[in-house]
Order: sequence, then structure tokens, then C-alpha cells
Amino acid sequence: MSLSARHALAVWRRDATMYRRTWRWNILPNFFEPVLYLVSIGVGLGAYITTMGGASYIEFLTPGLVCVAAMNGASFEVTYNVWVRMKNEKIYDAMLTTPIQPVDVVAGEVLWAVTRSSVYGMCFFLVAALAGLAPMPQALWALPVVPLTGLLFASVGLAFTLRIPQMELFSFYYTLFLTPLFLFSSVFFPLEERLSGPWLWFAEVLPLLHPVRLVRAAFDGAPSIGLLWDLAYVLGLSAALLAYAAHRMRRRLIQ
Amino acid sequence: MIVEVSGVSKRFGARLAVDDLTLDVPQGVCFGLLGPNGAGKTTTLRMIYGVARPTRGHVRVFGMDVSRNVRAVRQRLGVTLQHNVLVEPLSPRENLMVFGRYHLLGEAELAQRVEEILDFMELRSHADAPVSTLSGGYQRRLAVALSLVNRPDLLILDEPTTGLDPGVRLALWSRVRELRRNGATILLTTHYMDEAQRLCDHVAIMSDGKVIAQGAPQDLILRYLARETVEIEATPEEEYALLRQFDEVPQLYRAGNRTMIYLDQPERFLDRVRDLDRPDWRTVIVRPTNLEDVFLTLTGATLEDSP
Repeated sequence: MSLSARHALAVWRRDATMYRRTWRWNILPNFFEPVLYLVSIGVGLGAYITTMGGASYIEFLTPGLVCVAAMNGASFEVTYNVWVRMKNEKIYDAMLTTPIQPVDVVAGEVLWAVTRSSVYGMCFFLVAALAGLAPMPQALWALPVVPLTGLLFASVGLAFTLRIPQMELFSFYYTLFLTPLFLFSSVFFPLEERLSGPWLWFAEVLPLLHPVRLVRAAFDGAPSIGLLWDLAYVLGLSAALLAYAAHRMRRRLIQ
Repeated sequence: MIVEVSGVSKRFGARLAVDDLTLDVPQGVCFGLLGPNGAGKTTTLRMIYGVARPTRGHVRVFGMDVSRNVRAVRQRLGVTLQHNVLVEPLSPRENLMVFGRYHLLGEAELAQRVEEILDFMELRSHADAPVSTLSGGYQRRLAVALSLVNRPDLLILDEPTTGLDPGVRLALWSRVRELRRNGATILLTTHYMDEAQRLCDHVAIMSDGKVIAQGAPQDLILRYLARETVEIEATPEEEYALLRQFDEVPQLYRAGNRTMIYLDQPERFLDRVRDLDRPDWRTVIVRPTNLEDVFLTLTGATLEDSP
């Protein structure tokens, strides 16, 4: 059954209606989390580091944290929130009594996760810009990467959510997947300076590495042909995982 | 026919939930699907609105094959699920707006429709309170209201009144009758035989995935049992002593120490009970036979037996 964009938007609209109720309380912690990292690691730890990747440490740290903010925004939405809607609240069962189909549910939820990740990422970007950490105007090229990061992690997270049998497994996803990504995706240090040979090739599978490269290139005002690979990775993996998620959603909702 | 189910089976692994089922729901009737838990009622409904696929056979709704036209079919029907699916922090009015958008209704049309439904389901006094603060009765009304937002030609109600107090049940029944009067076709499942008898023009009794009897409630009673029912408390020995006199043993149903005896002319039997009891009297209930008697006799099930 093919996707209906208008039905997907109705799913998105439902989430947006709910969020309008709670955004004042939601947005504040989202705003602060990456800022705390920036202050603690950037200002605190950074004082002991003269330069990294040719810049002050806090300047090195900022682009990666833009992506981390977007990753976190999308991840929570497609893991716990989708699980609760699907299993506890049975919202999708109710949607499927209307012309909405499972593929529309997937599209609507991913679109919503992208929306929310953009709110997170843009908020952090704004803080960085106000603190003078985003060189203008070239850093503005990072803005389109924020929703792409959201799309990537919405796809990865949703595929995981629709695969697992019980929600306790989310702790694996966060502790053994997202946290290592956070730590080893050139956010805190340039991976290519610490790894060599086959390890460097292996690191290319890490999803967060690619949006981080794109945002860093924007901040540095240093576009290169190699970035096409990062863009292709983000779009290709998202497309593949979304197709899988749509298949899983159909199997979960239709007997 | 609004719904045509022909030769449909549904298998879940080793379990055959629906077994070669054939059902026709004509336009404008209230059709009741009855049966103990696990008889296959909900699975049948799910195949009708297209979220379960038949393992064998075909389901047509509004003359369309459901498996091929699921969006078009669902556009014209409404479903109240067994368990309420409501957005608790939102009000009934907001819930109706959110649900109406799933049907792609335009905002102006939807806003007007929502006001109509709030009146029709008598929800206006609570229209703006968060759903989480409403009583179970109001929440159920809202769940039914959601399934009316697209003015469905076919309304499917899965156990609409389970767990509700008598006042709310009566109110919901009157709404269902009103919808039927206005031309909607209604398909409902229920455990309550009084509900089926009062509300449905036609009932089908299911057991183990099959329809074992169907027809108008009154016709089913006359077809399967005698007109009157005598209920007595009696040990099996007493029962034997009482029934011995009959040339032909009447139909009866025994649940624990209570026996229901179905008779067209109960007078002779009542005399016999009094003779046996003299000088004392035991309590005897004589009442018209109802659909529950037919159900119990045919399915042989008490609620305790159900899986």
C-alpha cells in the first residue's frame, strides 16, 4: 500500500497537538543539556587543552554537539514515545480504524521526530551563535544538516523499536549504541588522528560520524568532495531503514 | 449487503480463530455478534475493517473487497474498539478534532461536525475538561463519539457497554437506536444477551470460530427453546424426581444447583414441584425464555468455562 502524504501529516499533526501542550516544559531541559556539555567540557576541560583540530577546544566541540542535540531529539521520540503509543496507548490501532495505513504512521512519526530534533538542534545552534561559537555566515550551512541528522536517527531508532519484543531493551540502545556514538564520533576529539589503518575504515559505519563531518565542514567553511559520501551515507541508510520500519510496522499492526 | 463475509478462516499459528465463517449484514440493521470470550468475534470484526487478513475466503464491505480497497472502505465506517483509545491530556472536543483529521476532514467542516457530535452524545457539559478527569461512562461515550466523526454508513462496536453502569448503558443504547433510525448499519459484539435482545434486529451466535445459530432474537428463542422458563434450585435427585412424570423430558440447562427448565405449559410442572415440597415452598421463578437461555443451551458455556 502506497504512502498517503496527507494521512502522514494527520499523524504528525496529532503529535504536534500534544507537544503544543507541553513544549514550555520540554524545551527548557533540551536547551540546557548540550549547553552544560559545552560549558563543562568546553570551558572547563578545554582550559587544559591549547588547540584541537586547529582551533580552540570549545570551537572544536561546538559543531559535534549540534548533531548530538539533533540525535537526542529524534531518538527519544522514536523509542520510548513510539513504544508507548503503539503498545500502551494503542494509538496506532485507533488510527488504523480510519483510512490511515501503517506506512503513513511510519512517515508521520519520522516527520515528527525530525521536527523535534530540529527544535533541539536549532536551539543549541542559537546558543552557540549567541556565544560567538558559530562563525557566520558559513555556519548557517549546518542548519540543513540538523533535520538530516534527525532523519537518520529517527530511522535507526524506529527500526530498532519495531524490531524489539520488550521495551527494557531500550537501555541497550541508549547505553551500548547512542552513548558510544556520542563518545567516538569526532565530537570530543578528531577520530582520524587517533585511529589508523583498518580501524579508520571500520569507523565509517558509525552513523553520528557523518553528520558531525558535515556540520564541522560548515563551521570551518571547508566544503570538500568527500562530504558527498557523508551525505549519501545519511540518505542511503535512512531510506533503507525506513523501508524496513514500514515493513515491521505493517507486521505489528496488521495480523 | 453492507458486509459480506464468505467462507472466511483466520489462523494464528496452530489456533484457528475463525473457521469457515459466512455472514451477511444487510443495509440498515443492527446486527449482533454474540459468543463467549475467544469465540472469534473480535477477529471477525478486525477482518471486516481490514486490520486482520483472512487466511482463506473473502470479506466485502460496501461491495468492495476489503483487502484491495482498505482506505476507501474505512473512510465510510467507524469503529469503537473494545478498549478506549483517548488522548488523556486533551479534552473531548480536542480528541474529536484530532480524530477527525485522520479522516482528512476540512477544519471548518470538522469543527461543525464536532459540535453536532458533542450534542448527539451528550458530552457538551464536559467538552473542555481533560479526558483524564472524566468518569468511565463519559470516556466510553467519547470513544463512541470518535467513531462517528466521519458520519459512518457502517458503525462497528466491539463490546460497547462492557463495564458500564446501567444508566450509561441505557444512554448508549438509545444513541445506537437513533443512529440506526438515521440509516446507519450497526455491527456490534456483546456478552450481554439482554443488550443483544433489546438492540439487535438480527444476531449470530459464535462458538469456536463458527456461527452456530443466527436469526432475529425472538425467532431464535422459539426455534431452539420453549416459550417459558422455570428456574429452580434443585439437587440432581430432586430434578430427576420432578422430571420423571414427563413422557418427553423437557430441555433444561443446569448451572451449579440451579436448573432452568424450558416449557411451553409450565403449570403441570409447577404443581409437581409443590407436591414434592409440601408442606414447605421453594422459590420458583417463571419467566419468558430469553436470548441468554438460547446462548447458554447452544454454547454450553458459562462464563467460568470460557478460555
